[in-house]
Amino acid sequence: MTQAPHIIARSRVWSIPGGVHPEQHKAESNQSAIEPVPLPSELWLPLSMHIGSPAIPVVKVGDTVCKGDLIARSQSGISASIHAPTSGRVVAIEDHVYAHESGFKQPAICIESDGLDIWRQQKPWHNWREQSVEDIVARIHDGGITGMGGASFPTDVKYRNKHAPIHTLLVNAAECEPYITADDRLIRERAEDILHGAAICRHLLGARTILIGIEDNKPEAISAFEVAAKRLGLDITLAVVPTKYPSGGEKQLIQLTTGLEVPKGGLPSDIGLVCQNVGTLYQIYRTVVFDEPLISRVTTITGQAIERPGNYEALIGTSIETLLNHAGAHLKKADRVIMGGPMMGFALPDITAPLVKATNCLLAPTKKEIPPPIIDNPCIRCGMCEQACPAGLLPQQLHWASKNRLLDEAELHSIDDCIECGACAYVCPSRIPLVQYFRYAKGEIKQERADQLASDRARVRFENRQARLDREKAEKEQRRKARAEAAAKALAEKQAKEGSNEEPKEDPIKAALERAAAKRDAKNTTTETQNPEQLKDIAEKAKAKFEKATQRLLDAEKEGSEMVPALRKAAGKLEEKYHSAEKAYQAAMKEQENVSP
Amino acid sequence: MLTAIITLFILAAIFGALLGFASIKFKPEGNPIIEDINNILPQTQCGQCGHPGCRPYAQAIADGEPINKCPPGGEATIQALADLLDVEPLPLDAEHGEEKGKQVAIIREAECIGCTKCIQACPVDAILGAAKQMHTVIESECTGCDLCVEPCPVDCIDIVPVQTTIRQWHKSKPLTLPEIIATDRPTQRINEEEHAA
Repeated sequence: MTQAPHIIARSRVWSIPGGVHPEQHKAESNQSAIEPVPLPSELWLPLSMHIGSPAIPVVKVGDTVCKGDLIARSQSGISASIHAPTSGRVVAIEDHVYAHESGFKQPAICIESDGLDIWRQQKPWHNWREQSVEDIVARIHDGGITGMGGASFPTDVKYRNKHAPIHTLLVNAAECEPYITADDRLIRERAEDILHGAAICRHLLGARTILIGIEDNKPEAISAFEVAAKRLGLDITLAVVPTKYPSGGEKQLIQLTTGLEVPKGGLPSDIGLVCQNVGTLYQIYRTVVFDEPLISRVTTITGQAIERPGNYEALIGTSIETLLNHAGAHLKKADRVIMGGPMMGFALPDITAPLVKATNCLLAPTKKEIPPPIIDNPCIRCGMCEQACPAGLLPQQLHWASKNRLLDEAELHSIDDCIECGACAYVCPSRIPLVQYFRYAKGEIKQERADQLASDRARVRFENRQARLDREKAEKEQRRKARAEAAAKALAEKQAKEGSNEEPKEDPIKAALERAAAKRDAKNTTTETQNPEQLKDIAEKAKAKFEKATQRLLDAEKEGSEMVPALRKAAGKLEEKYHSAEKAYQAAMKEQENVSP
Repeated sequence: MLTAIITLFILAAIFGALLGFASIKFKPEGNPIIEDINNILPQTQCGQCGHPGCRPYAQAIADGEPINKCPPGGEATIQALADLLDVEPLPLDAEHGEEKGKQVAIIREAECIGCTKCIQACPVDAILGAAKQMHTVIESECTGCDLCVEPCPVDCIDIVPVQTTIRQWHKSKPLTLPEIIATDRPTQRINEEEHAA
């Protein structure tokens, strides 16, 4: 089906506040074609070269890998996978130099190249439209694609979290920073691939428009887009924006090309837009259609210390030093090596660090070209920074607040909305490193927020623990009380039971003594008051007992029993008793005789 | 004349009743300043101030104790307390310890005998383990308070400074020359210079 001739629309362009016009320095590197870098012998792949959680290694030291094999899997949430950029052997998984201002080492996987560069088995989707949206997004995720413009944000997230319906895919081809020409060259040479990628993204988003924002200093790239769109039969809208730094900032480009502003603290998707860099779109095309994960990128290598400045397509993980040498760097001439552009980049503490997914430029300027920072003069409150700020902030106020660590005031002046573009510092007549102050203040605010969160959590944990201890103590106390009560009750019950049999169960010894005393008393009284008949009775009984005992003693003596001494003693006692009873009887008789006459 | 007096009297009675009602109905529970102070304190619950936890110290500050007894909070906390309570910031009281960076407890797990003593000592329940089982510190919850070190019978707990990770790292404040404009300088420095002159 042939389509009607396509209209490559030119969109109206709005304006942004502020902005600066630094020297372009693009011509040094945009004259020659993208040049592939020879396969290095060793590649170091940091596990965390994207925003979000680090990837988790899925290979061991000694494993052999093919080009494109997964070597570290993304974690859930915001994260990106890492793949082997060439075939070879995993020789180390350890901390390695990393391209970061702090100079901290980061865990990385080292692959020793076997020189063969053999691809793993690939499953191309030449007709990607047959695949479901979910499958394509999953392939983008599995391909480890992150934003190639410099922020390194995992790309698939933009296609998963759709807050609002998306009407426009904004292609960021502005490349506003001086020196950098990687996107420019990529568009000139591979515009069709980029537009294929844009078509895929538009499909995923269900957007109507592909809007391309590009600066007017790239006429070749603009015509390349026009030619490619005609060839592909794709509707695109070109928004050619005037060259001004930082028109390529996401929020700035949205404002320039649509007149809309991203709400404070919001995302472009809140106003129905998704913004994607051309390098990312190219990679999306390679990944979705050819099943090639993100393992290489185009990087501008430039600066006066570089003999052959240009754009180089290098494998992720290649040592930056190797790349610079390949481009003919005179490292003695170079004052420092900057990763990123001169406005937003940072000086690498160690150039043996590997190339990462975000490295869009390596700049090796001489001292004369970009002088090293000097100690700043005091702020003279000229207000030029305020004129230059593309976000409409007051850098001067932010500077005071940051310098004196007045974080609340910095927040009040919306330091969060600062994009750290460096336009304010560029125009400052006192050469105050304003962005450095703002990054410091932002870091402090972030730290303070994290500390506050941690301390809130600690407080909650402490309070919960205290409550738990109190509860446990109360429970223990209650149990103890319950036990004591139960014991008292049991005792009372027992006593009640025994009390019905013999209530005054007092001291048994005392009771026995009392009983004995009572008996003795009774005996004494009876002896005195007994009449002679009774006494005669007693005496006779005692006599009988004595005779019986004597008889038993005699029997025992005859038998020679052991009981003899005991029996003899008993017999003696009974004899005594008999005699005393006899005596008492005689006495009573005598008394009676005395009374009766 | 009489009408005016009566009117004022009635008004006074009405507003008095209103105020009286409001003072009972909307009475704040506890002393709200204690909550504010507690929010500023670092919540390490270390007891270095001599109180069993941050909240009791907040209570004590509200009752008039000095604000400089918290070594984990350090100067920043003292400054924040001074701002909140509108008092002069004092230097940290060395008697209660000195300001160290953030710390975290680490159990040398091979040496742990599983006595649970550290678990009982931890004020924020940041140690995990059971009797006769190896214990470990949940580092993200550890406040570095030091209280687990002393009860350990085999001395297998180390208090180590927290390492800054690449994600926590941020640019330091740029170096600057001394202020030339007198009013930009912190007051203390002006006084010193005047003294020197």
